[in-house]
Amino acid sequence: MANTSSTHDVKVLGAWPSPFVIRARIALNIKSVEYEFLAETPGSKSQLLLQSNPVHKKIPVLIHRGKPIAESLIIVQYIDEVWSSGPSILPSDPYDRAIARFWAAYVDDKFFPSMSLIKSEQGEKKAALVKQVTEGLVLLEEAFQKSSKGKAFFGGDRIGYLDVAFGSMLGWLRATEKMGEVKLLDEAKTPGLVQWAESFCADGAVKGLIPETEKLVEFAKLLAARMKGRGSS
Amino acid sequence: MANSSSTDVKVLGAWPSPFVIRVRIALNIKSVKYEFLEETLGSKSQLLLQSNPVYKKIPVLIHGGKPISESLIIVQYIDEVWSSGPSFLPSDPYDRAIERFWAAYVDDKIFPSMKLINTAQGEEKAAIVEQVTEGLVLLEEAFQKSSKGKAFFGGDRIGFLDIAFGSMLGWLRAIEKMGGVKLLDEAKTPGLVQWAESFCADGAVKGIIPDTEKLVEFAKILVKMKGAPLGKN
Repeated sequence: MANTSSTHDVKVLGAWPSPFVIRARIALNIKSVEYEFLAETPGSKSQLLLQSNPVHKKIPVLIHRGKPIAESLIIVQYIDEVWSSGPSILPSDPYDRAIARFWAAYVDDKFFPSMSLIKSEQGEKKAALVKQVTEGLVLLEEAFQKSSKGKAFFGGDRIGYLDVAFGSMLGWLRATEKMGEVKLLDEAKTPGLVQWAESFCADGAVKGLIPETEKLVEFAKLLAARMKGRGSS
Repeated sequence: MANSSSTDVKVLGAWPSPFVIRVRIALNIKSVKYEFLEETLGSKSQLLLQSNPVYKKIPVLIHGGKPISESLIIVQYIDEVWSSGPSFLPSDPYDRAIERFWAAYVDDKIFPSMKLINTAQGEEKAAIVEQVTEGLVLLEEAFQKSSKGKAFFGGDRIGFLDIAFGSMLGWLRAIEKMGGVKLLDEAKTPGLVQWAESFCADGAVKGIIPDTEKLVEFAKILVKMKGAPLGKN
């Protein structure tokens, strides 16, 4: 497939704060695919979103030649498979692919849900969550050491699937550290990941996509205020 | 890859688990011989704890000594390693994304709701049953689109989504029986009713979906042990 798709061939429905949307955008950048970014308004869902993802009504949605694809990791794999002439996102070895998929699922099923709760919790509950998250990060550090084999990324020399899946979370990780006044990524416990985080955010495909910590903190406050205004959502 | 001895491939599992069933069907489709290591109810073997230290859950596939966890990740691994056998995923990237989407839907929405039917009562139960039947109607639509008039989601042969969803049929029938409810319905989901029959009769599946009676009995044992059938797999 030649890289001649017009910008309108590829649309991403999303919003700047969402780490899941960030995944889709990084993947398209890796493949040098131009796309139209259609930003959803916070607090409402566009007609296009409701039509394109009627089952979950959630972002991101990738619309390629009019056909919608939903669920961020499914989108990333789709991008990898369609634009197959670009740099590969998943590793080629089946076992390495399984490991990358395993940890990406871990980020979604365990890491992100626990991390998201930290900013709104206090005392013992908060401490328990922080412990859970930091233990998870130690597991990811071990995975990083095995996977990177001394290189900069989980994917080796270049950003790969697990880099995208986990790295997309870095904005919120830092915002959580700030809002919760906790240290999650730690030089002592997760030195590899500390280094990796820097390399990831500096990568050409990622630059500008991970929102600044300040902006996310502001956004979190806005969300919290809106939730309060609605009573129990 | 030459015909590996049967000890090359091990599956850690238990006969009632739909997630384990997925792996066994997948290996059957590829005509791969494997050793089935059955976990004892109520305890976790050393091998399981070593092979899946993160979740300590079945199924685990151990291939050439290397463990792979998470049923859908295992199924994709099997598809990729034994690539000379029949493919599970379609070749078109969009069709692949659709199958992955619905497989995730089964895991994230259908199965968790189905499990709740057993312990729910009255209005709550009715609401959950409605949720599940609506979900099955969505899967019926997906089936009509995906099968294009053939017997399976995958067309003429069983594919990824057939495996992901079909593995649930034992428990679906058991829950219908225990809950006195109808989930798969000739009127609302005629395609799926037919599909369920074809799936269970398929050579790769025969004998793997447990009898409804056995699962009902097993559920009763689980209730005694954990206070709720199907607790956590």
